[in-house]
This record gives sequence, C-alpha cells and structure tokens, in this order.
Amino acid sequence: MSAADPKRFDLDDATAERLLREAQEHKGISLWQDAGRRLRRNRPSWYAMVFLIGFGLLSFLAPLLPLRSPVRSNLDITLHAPTLDGGDGNYLAALDPEADSALVARQIEKDYWELSSLDHGLISLRRMIFGSWQTGHWLGTDHLGRDLLSRIVWGSRTSILVSLAAALCSLVIGVFYGAFSGLVGGRIDNLMMRTVDILYSIPFIFVVIFLITLIGDYRQVLEEEWGLDREKVFYLVIGAVFWLTMARVVRGQVLSLKHAEFVQAARVMGASTFHILCKHIVPNVLSIVIVYLTLTIPAVMLFEAFLSFLGLGVEPPRVSWGLIAVDGTSAINPLRIHWWVVIFPALAMGCTLLALNVLGDGLRDALDPKMRGKD
Amino acid sequence: MIRFLFRRLMWFVVTMTVVMSVSFFLMKNVKGGPFDTERALEPAIEANIQARYHLDWPLWKQFLHYTGPFNLDERGLGGTQEKILGGVLSGDFGPSFRYRDFTVNDIIGQALPISALLGVVSMMWALALGVSTGIASALRRGSGVDLALRLAATGGIALPNFVIAGFLIIIFVFMIPLLPVAGWGSIKEMLLPGFCLGLVYAAYLARLTRTGMLEALSQDHIRTAQAKGLSPRTVVLRHALKGGLLPVVSYLGPATAGILTGSLVIERIFFIPGLGSHFVNSASNRDYTLAMGVTILYTVLVYSMNTVVDLAYTLLDPRIDLAEEA
Repeated sequence: MSAADPKRFDLDDATAERLLREAQEHKGISLWQDAGRRLRRNRPSWYAMVFLIGFGLLSFLAPLLPLRSPVRSNLDITLHAPTLDGGDGNYLAALDPEADSALVARQIEKDYWELSSLDHGLISLRRMIFGSWQTGHWLGTDHLGRDLLSRIVWGSRTSILVSLAAALCSLVIGVFYGAFSGLVGGRIDNLMMRTVDILYSIPFIFVVIFLITLIGDYRQVLEEEWGLDREKVFYLVIGAVFWLTMARVVRGQVLSLKHAEFVQAARVMGASTFHILCKHIVPNVLSIVIVYLTLTIPAVMLFEAFLSFLGLGVEPPRVSWGLIAVDGTSAINPLRIHWWVVIFPALAMGCTLLALNVLGDGLRDALDPKMRGKD
Repeated sequence: MIRFLFRRLMWFVVTMTVVMSVSFFLMKNVKGGPFDTERALEPAIEANIQARYHLDWPLWKQFLHYTGPFNLDERGLGGTQEKILGGVLSGDFGPSFRYRDFTVNDIIGQALPISALLGVVSMMWALALGVSTGIASALRRGSGVDLALRLAATGGIALPNFVIAGFLIIIFVFMIPLLPVAGWGSIKEMLLPGFCLGLVYAAYLARLTRTGMLEALSQDHIRTAQAKGLSPRTVVLRHALKGGLLPVVSYLGPATAGILTGSLVIERIFFIPGLGSHFVNSASNRDYTLAMGVTILYTVLVYSMNTVVDLAYTLLDPRIDLAEEA
C-alpha cells in the first residue's frame, strides 16, 4: 500500500508537526459539557435548576435570615392574615441585645430545637447583622400563632434533608445491588432480580407504617446502642423502600455496558480495567443514576409529607412541609376561610416538587447518550 | 397462558410466604403488646388473656395457627373438631386485638366495600380525565391546549393529594357550596374524595396516553386508514386508540396499588370509614392482627391486579408472548 501511494504517509516534518499540534488542540466535548449545554438550552429545566439552587441556599441559611421563631406560639395572634407591617408579639428572646451568650443558647433551645454548632454560629452572625429586627407576619400565622413564613423556610430544611438523605440511602443500596447483580450475572443475577420482583409486589406503604410504629418501641435501644435517632431511622426505612427501581435500572445499564462495543474496543486497545471502569462504565451509569436521583427526591418528599400527615413523620417541635400542610388542612373550617395556611405551604411544596420533576425530565433528555452531539 | 398463570401463582406463593412470615415474626418480637397497660395486670387475668389469644403457645404453633388452614385450638384438630379450618389460608384473620368481640374479618367486611367503592370512583375519574386529556393533547400537539394540559398534569403529579383536597374543599364546599365536606353514602359525597384520589393517576395516565397516541398516530396503518378516506373520528377511535392505550393498560396495575394506598390519606380527610383509616389506627393501636390482615389483603389485591393487567395486555397486543414475560 505504501508502495502504491507513497505520498500518503510521506509527510515532511513541518506538516507532520503542524498536524500533530492541530490534533492536540482539538478538544472533544465530554459527556458532561455536552449535557450541560443541552440543559442550558432547555429553558424550563435550567430555570428549575436555578430555582432549586436558590431555594436550597435559602433553606440552608435559614438561621441567618431575620425570621421569627418557627416554634414559639402566640395565642393572641392565631390565624392572623398575612400583613406587611412589622407587628410585634412572638418576639425572639434570643435576639435580646442585652442577653449574654449562655442565656442566648438557652433561648435558642426554646425558639428552635437542638441546633448544630454551625446553626448557632449563623444565628450569632444574624444577631450581628440584623440586631433585633425581624420580619413581620408576611405570610400570616397558623392556628397556634406561629409565623408561617418562618415555618415554611425552616420546614424546607427538614424536608430537603429527609429527601436528600433518603434518596442517597436508596442510591447506595440500589447501585450496589444492581451493579453486583449485573456484573456477576447468571443464576445469582436471576435470583437477585426475582427478589426485587417479589419486593415490588408488596404494598410498601403498609410495611413502612408498620415498621415505623414498631420502631417507636425500640427508640431508646436504637439511640443508645446504635446512635440512631428517629430521623436517621426514618431516612433508612424510606431509603430501604425506594431502592428497587434504582437497582433495576443500574443492573440493566451495567448488563448492556458489559458487552458494549466501545468497552470491548477500549479493551482491545489495551486500556486497563481501572481505566475502562472510570472512563466508560462509571460515567454511563452515573448519568442514569443522577436522573433517577432527581426523580426519587420528589417521590421521597411526597412520602415524607404523606407520613407526616398520618402522624408518623417528623415530630414537633421540628417542622417539615408535611407537618405544615397537615396543620393547614386541619385548619379548614366552614366559618372562615384561612386561605393562607393552605395556599402558602402548598405553593412552596408544589414549586419545589415541580422544579425537581422538570429538572429530572430535563436531565434525562440532556444525559441521553442517543442525543449526544445533537441539540 | 396456563404456564404463565402457573408461574405467577408460584411466585405468588413465595411472596405471600415472605410477607406473612416476616410480618408475623416482626410482630411477635416487638416489645410492648396490645394488652400492656399502665399498671401490671393480675397474673390470673394476664394468663387468661394469653390463653384467649394463644400467646402462651410456642411460636411455631402460633404461626401455624395464624396461617392455617387448620384450626389448632381446642375447637379444631386438637379437640372437638367443631371448627376444623382456621387461619389466613382458610380466610380467617383471627380476632382483633383492640376491638374486643370483633374479628378482623368483621372489620374488613365492613370497611372493604367502602374502600373498594372509593377506589372504583377514583379509578373512573382517573381514566375518564386522564385518557380524554391525553388524547386531546396528542391530537392538538404543540398547541396551547396541549401545553396547558401538560402543565396541569405535571402539577397534578407534583402536589400531594391532601393539599389538592384542601384546595378543592375550600373551593367546592365553602366558596361554592356544591358538595358536602365529609361523610359517605350518597353519590355527591363520593365525587370529591374520588376526584382527589384519582387526580395524580389521571395526570400520569394523561402523560402515558399522550405519548402512546403520538406514537400510534405516526404509524403506517394509521396513514393507510386516513388514505382510505375514513373520518378522523373513526381513525382515532377505531385504529389509533387500541395501540395508543397499551402503555395505559400496563400502568393500571401500579395505579390500582397507588389508589389503594393513597386512600389512607383521603379517607382521613373526608372521614370515610374505609380500610385505610382502619389500617393507620391499627398500626398505632398495636392491633397487630388487624394491621397484618390489611397488609396481606392489599398484597393479594395488588398482586392479582398486576396479573390481570398482564393478561389484558396480551389481549390488546398479540405480539407479546406471556411465556417469555413470566
């Protein structure tokens, strides 16, 4: 061949160098860059992501914001309609400028609940920035005179934390189970997937309710011997329920990747197993895992609300959106319509869940390997 | 077909064994039973209660007695043989631990028809709303109607049903007094709870119908039908709908399961004395036999519903081979 067409490989040094340089400068678009670009093009998903990041920051920084106490009730102003003027009452004792740090710490226990040291730090930062100023009842108060705005913001912390933790829990179980099943294959794979099928046909909500009431009896044992408080148990139980779909999806992906041509091509080219795992298998599984994670989070959030509604979720004085929504629906009565206790929590929850769903759909489209390189 | 049903039955036996034994042994191993009171009972009374509910038996015997199909107490195999059959396998869930003088069967017998009716009403809502809006948005793809319906569907999926119920109660009971707020019996009282329960599934069904119809409408035989000069109505209803509704049928199984469990909340809001509210109460009351009975019942319902759906699937789509699916 080289004899028939000598010119083809016979490059002079300058040309060869130039071509080499050009080849080096040419950068491929990675899966993530491509996905990011497509996500930005998809307006609704992009807005949903911006909204979620903003909301996440807001809920993380809740102690820094000049909000009222989400817990302290004031029976003089129960079911107060939303108002823009400052209004006193329900005053946060921790904000007293004269109080020393020991008193403040004690007051924080009363105004909130047991907070982490980071939150304590944020609260003292808040005292420095805002002094004793705090927001009015901009979104009204609930049936115990607690400020609704503050409850919604503080409740978002619990709800977001529960759903993230439970989703991660389900992620870990599901990915390990699915990847193991897919990699091992054969009989074990068959058995493991049949087990998943069996678990699928059990109405899990009943099992979870059953479990959570049972756990109530073991609270002390769990807390003392395992260091698990009710909330951690809660994440674990929910995570243990939501891993099934994840396991199925991961297994399917691993199975198809195991025999994919590009993986075999990489192997033929002499790539190490580690390289193949990092460069080819993990990114391809990761994309689908992320998509399912974004779709699991809203499901868990709904489930938390559902359990709180039945009185099995987060316990007062902590707040979660589920609890606030329950308070809202129980405050419905025919004499006077307290619309704000229903509408505002529902709006916060609805917007977040909607954004998560939209983002999940958008990510699915953006990370779809079939769509690579297209718009 | 027979092979498929047989394999399903086999897995059903496995599933039920797992569910029954796990929940039974969990229940037996918890501290604190339904009869714990603040002060200690007289030993004689306690022994009496233990004997009444067979708590003094060894665990394996209790389990066999619970599952059946033979009654192991003095009226059954061991004694007079006046009541030989007993236990879950013979359809007897045993006595309720909390409601003395009631058996679990009595309670389920009262509550199940109510929950079933609620489920049927909400399924009807879900199907009527979901399929019609799905078809409408597939036929007017890209239009304002399509966009609005899709947005509504996403909203319906995103909001929890008790929040939607709150909105609807405010609107249809208090602002425009059309419907009663709670209760059960008349058709008027069924409309609102059924709607709230069915709405989420209507939203999912609308999505599925839309994609299914879009795919069905783009197929060759639809073009042929249109080319033959059939009216658009005939094309959609006779030809496209059959293929387009396949994903809908496959979703009916999960939807039934969801409606059954979702009724826990809706029954509470609207004060409906159905099975769901009994279940929640029984779990917090430690009425373990009732809680287990309801769990087992729902597992059976969900499992058989899934099987029926898979069978219906083959009737609609002859390309699917059940032997492979099983």
